[in-house]
Amino acid sequence: MKLPPHEQTQSLWILVASPTIWAVHFLACYTTAAVWCAKMAETGGDLGAARWAIGVYTAAALIGIAIVGWRGFVRQSFEQVPPPFDADTIEDRVRFLEYAALLLSILSAIATIFVALAAVFIGTCD
Amino acid sequence: MFRFHAFSTSSLHGFCPRSARTGRWGRNALWFTCLLTISFLITGCEGIQSALNPAGRDAALIAQLYWWMVGGAVIIWLIVVGLAVYALQINATEHDYNVTRFWVIGGGAVAPTIILTVLLVYGLSMMPTLLEPAPEGSQTITVIGKQWWWKVRYHLPEGQAVELANEIRLPVDEPVQFYLESADVIHSFWIPSLGGKVDMLPGRQTRLTLHPQRTGIYRGVCAEYCGGSHAKMSFEVVVMERDAFDTWLEQQQAPAKSASNELAERGESVFLAHGCGACHTIRGTKANGKIAPDLTHYGSRLRLAASALPQTRDALKEWIAHPKQTKPGVHMPSFALLSEDDLTALAAYLEGLQ
Repeated sequence: MKLPPHEQTQSLWILVASPTIWAVHFLACYTTAAVWCAKMAETGGDLGAARWAIGVYTAAALIGIAIVGWRGFVRQSFEQVPPPFDADTIEDRVRFLEYAALLLSILSAIATIFVALAAVFIGTCD
Repeated sequence: MFRFHAFSTSSLHGFCPRSARTGRWGRNALWFTCLLTISFLITGCEGIQSALNPAGRDAALIAQLYWWMVGGAVIIWLIVVGLAVYALQINATEHDYNVTRFWVIGGGAVAPTIILTVLLVYGLSMMPTLLEPAPEGSQTITVIGKQWWWKVRYHLPEGQAVELANEIRLPVDEPVQFYLESADVIHSFWIPSLGGKVDMLPGRQTRLTLHPQRTGIYRGVCAEYCGGSHAKMSFEVVVMERDAFDTWLEQQQAPAKSASNELAERGESVFLAHGCGACHTIRGTKANGKIAPDLTHYGSRLRLAASALPQTRDALKEWIAHPKQTKPGVHMPSFALLSEDDLTALAAYLEGLQ
């Protein structure tokens, strides 16, 4: 795979993509549970459908993070150059960004699972 | 004591400054500091308001989680400090790439992830037990947090309720269902010896189940800052045998007894004449106010002013005359205008409300 020496490949957006998915997932889980418990369930009521929704959010978030992480893995291993990626070249800058994106994807995936674990163990609105 | 004799002083040499190592004074100072620290730590586990001295099923679970986390933290600390000491001892030569990689990835990412996951799953797995509602037919109590006292409503099997304040009594070895509300700002209901804390939110009702397992007197507190006298908002919790609890609850349902002597009769007149009944209720009298604590059985309570003062006549007189000196911002007006004789009579009347 050849890296296109283009301005866009050095974009910082790829770096924040996975943490952003994690943040949106957290917000979506929190909002869904809050609205469900406030509007649809009684005090101490069942989380019910909100748990399924959190399951769907989690699956979607993990797929998104996996895509970003896979892209990072493939691009950082371009030409099998080992780290550190600190040369003043487009290739090294891209490798650095993609490597950081890969590591952040792993962190985001773990954090997303941690968020979802609460819904696995807690089945009520209490 | 504390197995100190099992250690040799030489084991401490690595951690104390050279000046402290040399003389007897230095060693004594070190032992004294250790003893003082451990004494403070151990005495902190005792008392009526300690989460580390559990008297209920839920508090025991939470204490167990705490000790596991302390144990884990100590082990991690020892490993980290051990590695730091090791790093100071070794020669700074070039290290094998794979070994370095193992320590950085294994120690920096994999190990923390595994430890955090285990602790998270262990903690979360307790939640269903802690959140489980009490079975049908259990004693149900609604507690309403107010600045800065507690309205307590015992629900009776016949569908009626009896309203009390600032003290909670519970039967031992039985689950109790609490419904928690707030009349003004966010409070948090916490009896550390019996269980975890749950917020009391305006406009919402939250729920807590407790399982007291040991008779005794404990203290509950407000665990969410709720204004100037937040720290003066606590309550006594008495865990009793079932028979004693039934007797107490029956007594609390009864209206107040009439004043039993001349002094108390005068106190009752002072109470009604000065408008105390506009805010306080004393069942069986004309006093039927709803915005301040129910005083029908005030004399049976262990402490005064949401546990801010001891239950003594002097403290009660001081409270009536100058409530804001004890609780800044409290809604109760000052009754410093009352004569000493009137205050004494009023206190005698309230004390007689057993």
